[in-house]
Amino acid sequence: MTDSEMRSRTAGQDDAPVTASKTADPDRKLLAEAVTINRPARELYDFWRDPTNLVSFMDNIVSIEPIDRDRSRWTVKAPAGREVSWESVITKDVPGEEITWQSAEGADVANSGRIEFRDAGRRGTVVRAVIAYDPPGGVIGELVAKLFQREPRIQTRRDLRRFKQLMETGEIATNARNPRILAGEGK
Amino acid sequence: MKAITWHGKHDVRCDTVDDPAIVNPRDAIIRVTSTAICGSDLHLYDGYIPTMQKGDILGHEFMGEVVEAGPKSSLNTGQRVVVPFTISCGSCYHCSKTQYSACENANPADNQDIGREGYGHPMPGLFGYSHMTGGYAGGQAEYVRVPFSDVGPLVIPDESIPDDKVLFLSDILPTGWMAAENAEIEPGDTVAVWGCGPVGLFAVQSAFLMGAERVIAIDHFPHRLELARKFGAETVNFEESKVYEALMEMTGGIGPDAAIDCVGLEAHGAFADNIIDQIKASTFLGTDRIHAIRQVILATRKGGRVSMPAVYGGFVDKFPLGALMEKGLTLKTGQTHVQRYLQPLYAAIAEDKIDSTFLISHRMALEDGPLGYQKFHDEQDSYTKIVLKPGQAAGATAA
Ligand SMILES: [Zn+2]
Ligand SMILES: [Zn+2]
Repeated sequence: MTDSEMRSRTAGQDDAPVTASKTADPDRKLLAEAVTINRPARELYDFWRDPTNLVSFMDNIVSIEPIDRDRSRWTVKAPAGREVSWESVITKDVPGEEITWQSAEGADVANSGRIEFRDAGRRGTVVRAVIAYDPPGGVIGELVAKLFQREPRIQTRRDLRRFKQLMETGEIATNARNPRILAGEGK
Repeated sequence: MKAITWHGKHDVRCDTVDDPAIVNPRDAIIRVTSTAICGSDLHLYDGYIPTMQKGDILGHEFMGEVVEAGPKSSLNTGQRVVVPFTISCGSCYHCSKTQYSACENANPADNQDIGREGYGHPMPGLFGYSHMTGGYAGGQAEYVRVPFSDVGPLVIPDESIPDDKVLFLSDILPTGWMAAENAEIEPGDTVAVWGCGPVGLFAVQSAFLMGAERVIAIDHFPHRLELARKFGAETVNFEESKVYEALMEMTGGIGPDAAIDCVGLEAHGAFADNIIDQIKASTFLGTDRIHAIRQVILATRKGGRVSMPAVYGGFVDKFPLGALMEKGLTLKTGQTHVQRYLQPLYAAIAEDKIDSTFLISHRMALEDGPLGYQKFHDEQDSYTKIVLKPGQAAGATAA
């Protein structure tokens, strides 16, 4: 995923992001979701930059263990009580603006992504996540779909909404009537 | 605890369910002292609102006593509170603009997809009103978990003000007020209000307070029309008179300056097109019955304002879009931003400027809730408003 790829392919005619393309390259899975969060970009970036924070609002994640400043090991729930693990490497880091990562060579689940934080004035910050993974049909694609348990786009959108809830309100909204019911939901 | 639960069309029960407890830091637990059955609960009762699940706890108009407060709640144990039916976080962009029912955070992330699919954006979080509005347990119960309790509930400091006077701050009173506000009433206006249920009657009172010279109230239940007359409205009984013709003549051929549709899905009138719409709705063609709003748009004067607080759920056909455009009407609608109106309306109640108790026709034990639903549904003329009192002995229905 290059910068130019992320912008428009038909510069001057269409400002829509490439992820909204009707004729997206069928050989790769690329999705983007954006949410506006009523907090400063730097605060959101700082929270996201510490991978141990991500577990609190991302579904299906068992643990994220930092290895060094740019590397971390992700362990994710897989079907039938299994777990899948891979190493993730930050490949680009612009403080307060964006973080790009990809799975290390030889990962079971090849994936890459970017999170952008763009100042939105009185509305706060536009947070945009771009996720790329191998096509469905391939072994990796199938595995990714199972890991996400739902369509990856829906999962990404829900993760971003929970991130927004946590950053704006200090908690993640739930309709669970009591902690026992909440635990029963597996969250 | 005991709670009124939904099990299907015309099937609500008083079940024993799990007690609520603090889940999030901003939560509070309320012991319910009074909870009302709302006209929009009848839409659930009639099976018109999708995404209800068996066992869902109903109720969105309630008040009570704080029995437990989370570490980040601003409430204290023992306080008496009225709880708005809209659940709002207070910290998102929409909440900062006091558009509380557009709150982006109260509806849990997993439930937001439903509204996004149907409406383009997630629905607000509401108590006891289906899973597209969050799937929150409602207040027709002995206890309720109230999320974001530092933003919603209004503390009633004056113990001498009874529940009956302030309970309706939770929904129908601010809803009637916002309905009138959305009609952008100017001094001297003639305002027509369709539907003299609780919201319609509060809209009548609010319209006068905002300077309307005349209010014309439209309904078919004699008792409800009588209540509207008590507040100074002229009335039209649509079973006896042609509404459009009556309004034109009463306004010298101009039409009302502003019109308020307080009917919505609840159009129980026996109109031919109502029945057709009803068949479509019951066969899940997803069409709302819109007789009232059709009539509203045709009758409102050119350049006038239409306010639509009434609940609609899905899609409509035969909507007079051409009339809306050609006459240059303004249409305003939406779920009530309850928190915005709590303080001023509480002050109006305390100063006896707004009468909010006239509506209550029956008080019942929580256990008698299922009977209450049936009576409210079948006998709307005499059952104008039912308040359920948890703790009151069952069978002891009091007027
Ligand atoms: Zn209501
Ligand atoms: Zn909010």
